[in-house]
Amino acid sequence: MSVQVITGNHAAGFALSAAGEANRTARGVACGIYPITPQTEIVEYVAKFPFSKGRVVPVESEHSAMAVTMGASISGARAFTASSANGLAYMAENVMVAGYYRLPIVMVAVNRTLGPPWNIWADQGDSLALRDFAWLQFYCETNQEVLDTTLLAFRLAEDRRIMLPVLLCMDAFIVSHTQTETEIPEQADVDRYLPDLDLPHRIRYDEARTLGGLAWPDEGLSSRLEIDEAMKRVPEVYNECRSAFAETFGHDPGAAVQTYGTDDADVVLVASSTMATTAREVVKQRREAGEKIGLAKIKMYRPFPAEDLRQACKTASRVAVLDRNYAAGAGGIFWQDTCVAFQGHRDDLLIQNYLTGLCGGDVTPAVIDEIIGDLTARNAVGEPVWMGINPGEEGE
Amino acid sequence: MAATAPVTQDMESCLLRPGNTNCGGCGMSTGLTMLGRALAEAHDTCTLVIPACCGIVTAGRFPTTSYGVPTIATTFASSAAVASGVASIRDLNGEPGQVICWAGDGGTYDIGLATLSAAAERNENIIYICYDNEIYGNTGGQRSSATPAGARTQTTPFGKAEGKKDIMSIMTAHRIPFAATLSIAHPEDFAQKITTALSVEGMRFLLIHSPCPTGWKSEPEDSVELVRTAVDSGLFPVYEVFDGANYRINISPSGADPAEYFEKQRRFRDDDVDLDAVRKSCAASTRRLRLMAEQFPHQ
Repeated sequence: MSVQVITGNHAAGFALSAAGEANRTARGVACGIYPITPQTEIVEYVAKFPFSKGRVVPVESEHSAMAVTMGASISGARAFTASSANGLAYMAENVMVAGYYRLPIVMVAVNRTLGPPWNIWADQGDSLALRDFAWLQFYCETNQEVLDTTLLAFRLAEDRRIMLPVLLCMDAFIVSHTQTETEIPEQADVDRYLPDLDLPHRIRYDEARTLGGLAWPDEGLSSRLEIDEAMKRVPEVYNECRSAFAETFGHDPGAAVQTYGTDDADVVLVASSTMATTAREVVKQRREAGEKIGLAKIKMYRPFPAEDLRQACKTASRVAVLDRNYAAGAGGIFWQDTCVAFQGHRDDLLIQNYLTGLCGGDVTPAVIDEIIGDLTARNAVGEPVWMGINPGEEGE
Repeated sequence: MAATAPVTQDMESCLLRPGNTNCGGCGMSTGLTMLGRALAEAHDTCTLVIPACCGIVTAGRFPTTSYGVPTIATTFASSAAVASGVASIRDLNGEPGQVICWAGDGGTYDIGLATLSAAAERNENIIYICYDNEIYGNTGGQRSSATPAGARTQTTPFGKAEGKKDIMSIMTAHRIPFAATLSIAHPEDFAQKITTALSVEGMRFLLIHSPCPTGWKSEPEDSVELVRTAVDSGLFPVYEVFDGANYRINISPSGADPAEYFEKQRRFRDDDVDLDAVRKSCAASTRRLRLMAEQFPHQ
């Protein structure tokens, strides 16, 4: 293990490459890569990595990047790629196929605003547009969490009880391009943590099986039901992977829902990615001032950790869900899932949605304070509130 | 005479198994059978990578399959890219067998062209076979950029105004090791081209003129004769190009009149096709290919 000052993109590129290299004793690794700001450094890192048994294929589009990655995965190799924003949207059709083919692919998404209007800053709308495609989704807050969770993602995806792809997200620039001290594991430890991949349904050159034939409704329904059952096993398998990670690398990659000060909290902020970093600082100061306030950071978004979130809000009467994303005509996406998580469990809980930081806007401590002020002044839940917009402030 | 040699094929392990539900007179079915026969002759095997098209419907209902070889269904535009991944892992593990894309003209000329071009540019170690029935057959017969001028389809109800895209020129411009056209009316040549393709490494592109009685509104029993007329008249020249540079004409057009080709297909109506223009175009194409074969021959 060494400590280096690296970016989030570097952390992701390292983890993807080390995981791929770890499969050199099995069927190797291959991936399709395509550049898009701000994830480009990830695929550049991968392209430069001296794989012992691997091939990096620079393709002509994100759609083909996932297609090459799928071809490698179907053949039993470890496979991964990375993308952002409109690249993820362009890739979407094959992202969905990877999920329904139960391929344990890991993809890193650097969350960037979907254009137009064109904008390269952080917004979760890109990865969340893929939320229903039978992929696990994780939102990471720091470079270390990106590195750790990327490694963990392979072990989780490749577990026979799961066999589903994983999308791992970080905020554009705030994480992807910011250098922080990060613990870099040794390849030997990565090798120990990630055993040889043995994909049960891989295509073999001497077996006449057809992957992806026609299915009647009964068979189609069964395949969806099996995905649902695998999704339900994720929380347990995730925690097993966490424990094994801590044993191998000496630290915890973090729970599905990470709480701060929620044990006695009357007010809980629900946030993800780097919004959680800022929110945690505000919560910390307010708790020191005696306020009963807490933070629940959602790290695992798919499957949605409903039970963990209910536990985190056990003593709360008010919850603010911060969404750096917007489902047009419906509101924030984390908020919708949060409401469903409490449906039939806590009819007394006031769950208010705040849309903030979209299109790369800064979610500052002042914005968090404003959210808390709005929430505590409320008697009833209202429409999602747009927060932190200062129209006309710039360009005058 | 490879294609007519008495090869006994095991019905379980033959490439296209009996009992599939393909239309009578389907050129794609004949092409698959000829491909399987040539592979068996060469003691070679393959993995099929098939995008959305009649070729994947051929597999039939899960969990049974009409394919006696490993087969992967891909999204419409993706067969050449998925095959790139499959071939990469095959080669990394030193495994035998060809990785063969089997795609229609929609997946080749239209939606999959960028993917195919990129795979050709990377000189991927795959065989890409396009069975060109000049129509989106699987969706009920709409025009593609392979549909010839004058043809009536569901989306060109008054006849297609534009001509057919020259996919062979596009592919040879990538300077791939081997590109060839194949006709099911010439099984010996068909088999020879598969044999040549098996002996070459890198990107190989094969174009099959594939009659579709359903879309062409022709009689199933006329399928082979229709594509034979296309070869004889120069409408579908049968040739091969090595490294994008060296040409060889395999079947010389006999100079037959193309009129019969159009008369036997109800997708063409009386005034939809300018036969004089077609004759001129056939002559020009034949002349051009002859010049290429003379000036830049394959030795």
